[in-house]
Amino acid sequence: MAIVFILVAPVIGGLVAGIDRKITAHMQGRVGPSIFQPFYDVGKLFEKENAVVNETQIFYAVCYIIFMAFTGALFFAGGDLLLVIFALTLAQVFLVLGAFAANSPYSYIGAERELLQIMAYEPMVILTAVGMFVATRSFNVSEIATTTIPVVLLIPGIFLGFLYTLTIKLRKSPFDISTSHHAHQEIVKGVTTEFSGPSLGLIEITHWYETVLLLGLLYLFFGWNPLLAVVAIVVLYLIEILIDNTNARVRWQFAVKSAWLVALIVGVINLAILYFLSGGVP
Amino acid sequence: MQIAQLLIFLILFPLIAAFFLLIAKKDTEREWIVKLSALAIGIVSVYLLITTYDKGTLLISAIPAEPTGLVMFILEMIIAVYILYLGITYRRWLVVGLILVQSVMMLYFELVYSHSVHIQANLFSDELSVIMALIIGIIGSLICVYSLGYMKFFHEHHPEMPDKRPWFFGILFLFLSAMFGLVFSNNIIWVYFFWEVTTLCSFLLIGYTKTDEATNNAFLALWMNLLGGIAFAGAIIWLAMFGNGMMGLDALTTSGKVIALVPAALIGFAGLTKAAQLPFSAWLVGAMVAPTPVSALLHSSTMVKAGVYILVRFAPVFDATVTGYLIAMVGALTFLIASGIAISQSNAKRVLAYSTIANLGLIVACAGIGTYEAIWAAILLIVFHAIAKSLLFLATGTVEHRIKSREIDDMNGLIVRMPKIAAMMVIGIAGMFLLPFGMLISKWAAIRAFIDAPYGFLFIIILAFGSAMTLFFWAKWMGKIITVTTDSQNIEGEVDKSEWAALLCLAGLSFITTLLFPMLSIHLLEPFLMANYGNVARLSQDNIIIMILMLFLLMLMPLSILLPKHKHRHLAPYMGGRTTTSDMRFSGSLGVQKKTVLSNYYLQDWFGEKRLKSWGIWLCSAIICIMVLSAVLKGVIL
Amino acid sequence: MTYLAKSPWIIHYDASSCNGCDIEILACLTPMYDVERFGIINTGNPKHADIFVVTGSINEANREVIQNIYNQMPDPKVVVAVGICACSGGVFRECYNVAGGIDKLIPVDVYVPGCAARPESIIDGIVTALGILEEKRTKNVHSPQVTDNGRAEHPKRHAKGGAE
Repeated sequence: MAIVFILVAPVIGGLVAGIDRKITAHMQGRVGPSIFQPFYDVGKLFEKENAVVNETQIFYAVCYIIFMAFTGALFFAGGDLLLVIFALTLAQVFLVLGAFAANSPYSYIGAERELLQIMAYEPMVILTAVGMFVATRSFNVSEIATTTIPVVLLIPGIFLGFLYTLTIKLRKSPFDISTSHHAHQEIVKGVTTEFSGPSLGLIEITHWYETVLLLGLLYLFFGWNPLLAVVAIVVLYLIEILIDNTNARVRWQFAVKSAWLVALIVGVINLAILYFLSGGVP
Repeated sequence: MQIAQLLIFLILFPLIAAFFLLIAKKDTEREWIVKLSALAIGIVSVYLLITTYDKGTLLISAIPAEPTGLVMFILEMIIAVYILYLGITYRRWLVVGLILVQSVMMLYFELVYSHSVHIQANLFSDELSVIMALIIGIIGSLICVYSLGYMKFFHEHHPEMPDKRPWFFGILFLFLSAMFGLVFSNNIIWVYFFWEVTTLCSFLLIGYTKTDEATNNAFLALWMNLLGGIAFAGAIIWLAMFGNGMMGLDALTTSGKVIALVPAALIGFAGLTKAAQLPFSAWLVGAMVAPTPVSALLHSSTMVKAGVYILVRFAPVFDATVTGYLIAMVGALTFLIASGIAISQSNAKRVLAYSTIANLGLIVACAGIGTYEAIWAAILLIVFHAIAKSLLFLATGTVEHRIKSREIDDMNGLIVRMPKIAAMMVIGIAGMFLLPFGMLISKWAAIRAFIDAPYGFLFIIILAFGSAMTLFFWAKWMGKIITVTTDSQNIEGEVDKSEWAALLCLAGLSFITTLLFPMLSIHLLEPFLMANYGNVARLSQDNIIIMILMLFLLMLMPLSILLPKHKHRHLAPYMGGRTTTSDMRFSGSLGVQKKTVLSNYYLQDWFGEKRLKSWGIWLCSAIICIMVLSAVLKGVIL
Repeated sequence: MTYLAKSPWIIHYDASSCNGCDIEILACLTPMYDVERFGIINTGNPKHADIFVVTGSINEANREVIQNIYNQMPDPKVVVAVGICACSGGVFRECYNVAGGIDKLIPVDVYVPGCAARPESIIDGIVTALGILEEKRTKNVHSPQVTDNGRAEHPKRHAKGGAE
């Protein structure tokens, strides 16, 4: 499963990105590019010159993709969910370090904002893992995925909170504050400003891995019914695209505050209800 | 008995070393004494691990209690008189008042109850003591060795300060001696004695430079810790009055909750002051004025670890009591608030200070919850925090001497300017918050422990938010260090050999402990948990393998430099189309030259020290009041 | 045809244009023309771009910027001069502060004349540029590092110090 992920995830992730762009174009009344466009883009990036500010950037980009692939492999091999989340953080930190390493104002702001984003979604992601554990009594992805308990019905609050952070993690508007998949320019390109050619290509592929991993996390909420899970993933991703296209970018202050508020409210309420329902015995 | 000799050696040998250091006036003599004694202490602590391995708790009754107790009492009184004298000379009436109260309490105890105290074994050693001894013996000695180079440099560059190095090193070793005594004492009166000695040592070390700021902060540390000392003395008197003179830690922790709860709450309060938990966090931050090795010692292997050690010791008493939860809540809130404040700090040492307070908060939270899983997490946190934090402090100290600044923003491009030290620093920071390293394993353990604890969800939510903040301030610091600047020169120069040796050893330790963590858990923690809780916690085999895999992956990464690579074209950073010079200057409008300056986000409006701290102080003080009152009420009723 | 031609990312720089051509370029992105059909994205970052689209002519204020953007683009890259000002300086070529078309400073591959250039011709120019881009890749052409020789030196500009 882990090897399958490493090989297949970029294909799926790239297709998702392509379909995303196509649907976005249609929503805007455009024809839009081919759904294979992301592959063309990355293919092109590998045909370009690898011009850098300094060599360490390439090192961090390589670390980023290796640890992202590792994280995803760990997830799809059915590993420990908390470990997956921490490994994901490690991978993210490499992207941030790559942006810091360039000593460039734009990538620097991007890096700080990326960190703010991580700070915004991290509590909710940890609470998601904890919620899954409370629902299924296991941190093991393999067990959560095959459980017969309707997880989402037990932790609906955490599910909603996770959806909120999913928008941040997928770098969708209104939360694309550190870098964006679109051509909108605010801080040039944020974290990826100073990457070009093949190293940018690596980062794009890493994002595909990440998308698949996130969709996998979404699957866990519906693990008891695979068919429903697939339908839910499709519907939820469409909703994410809709949100992306109907919202303007917010300021980072709002992004962090709202994400924390959501995590705090749904986290406390949902976990407290579960705790007291189970009679105080966890 | 061999083990008794080892324990006595560890307590007395640093004392002897301290004495020789006091009289040694030459630099070379001092260097040899420090190096050899550090080596001896390190080796004996490891030897202790080997001899006590798999033997469980060992009580040592060989030492005659009566004369030793008397000597200790006399020393205690001398210390009290000394502090009284200092308090009066410096007109610190709060300190005078506190030391008077404390001395009267101890005098009363000595006169009225000391005869009724009968204790089998005054010293003991179990897995927790051995772990603590290893931390003190290895990390503490390394810090002493590092101090050699640091203090030499310090006095060369601060000629205005009187050179009192014999005094300084003497106190360092006295401190180690007191810490060994603290972790090996079974008799609670002995623990109290060593406790007071650590208070005195930290007071003297913080005030070492004798500047006004240093003196003020030293007295701040003193009165806060004396407050803890009074609570401790109160616990002893309570035990003498209602506990039939039960003074052994071994007896107390297994005695059932009725008798032990009140003293445990009082000693818990003392532990909170020493571990710099929230209303009392100011002293540890103030202690930053001291020379950096002192901060390293206070933060990693001694002093604050004494506070959490005593809490972990009493954890079986706290298990599933309101008192325990309230202590845990103080710890958890401290973790959250101190992590937040750390974001707003731009001074490297203050960031380290708040991060220490935060991590101690987490340890306190685990100890307060007191389940076997929580204690497992707490001990892991103590070990890994000691290593990573001492490495960070020492690296910061060396950097500070080179760049003449403690500001994180001035550390921009350190990887170019001082590659080796920067690498040490990066290892230290990574050790504090990234995955395969120990601190994160411990945090993970803490999450699992909290899930299974009653009302654990509250702690988990606090932990989730706190770790997010932790990540923010560590990552932005790390980013500053690894920024590659093109104009900087390598200014590393010759780092003093003793400093370098200490740094390398600590960096090596952070990798080795992470690798050997399963062994540590199986051979030291599990027997301890089994003996005290009858249950063990551990990570599953798969996860350990995955983590070791990650560690190797990380260690392989730097090797990629060796791979053959083609030259890449180098571009200047994008500056909106402006051409920049190599030191990031560009001509702005009207042709004026400007320099690009990059600074971290500190989010003062959100995480400002004043704002968060006042909240934290009120909240935590309230909780502590409720904690002590509820315990005392319970004790009175029962 | 390789990936390069399927995914041309552009950076658009307004040198000293009257904004006429710029608006036409933006029109290309609208649903009416939708250049994203061809995978064209306006990146706004020279380090991600393959095609440098310039409108307007060179003057003292922008010559440094044009060079800088050109130099920062990774190879292979092409330059498209859009509008008559960018091609030759247009009606402003005799101005005291205008040095002329973009090709006075950097090598231009495609000229799209017009005042303002129509979206159709801009798209046509960019598609033509794709062929050149492809050719440059197969021939492995290294673009020159452009430095400004024609510029009047102002000694004060490089004075050290000043406000930081």
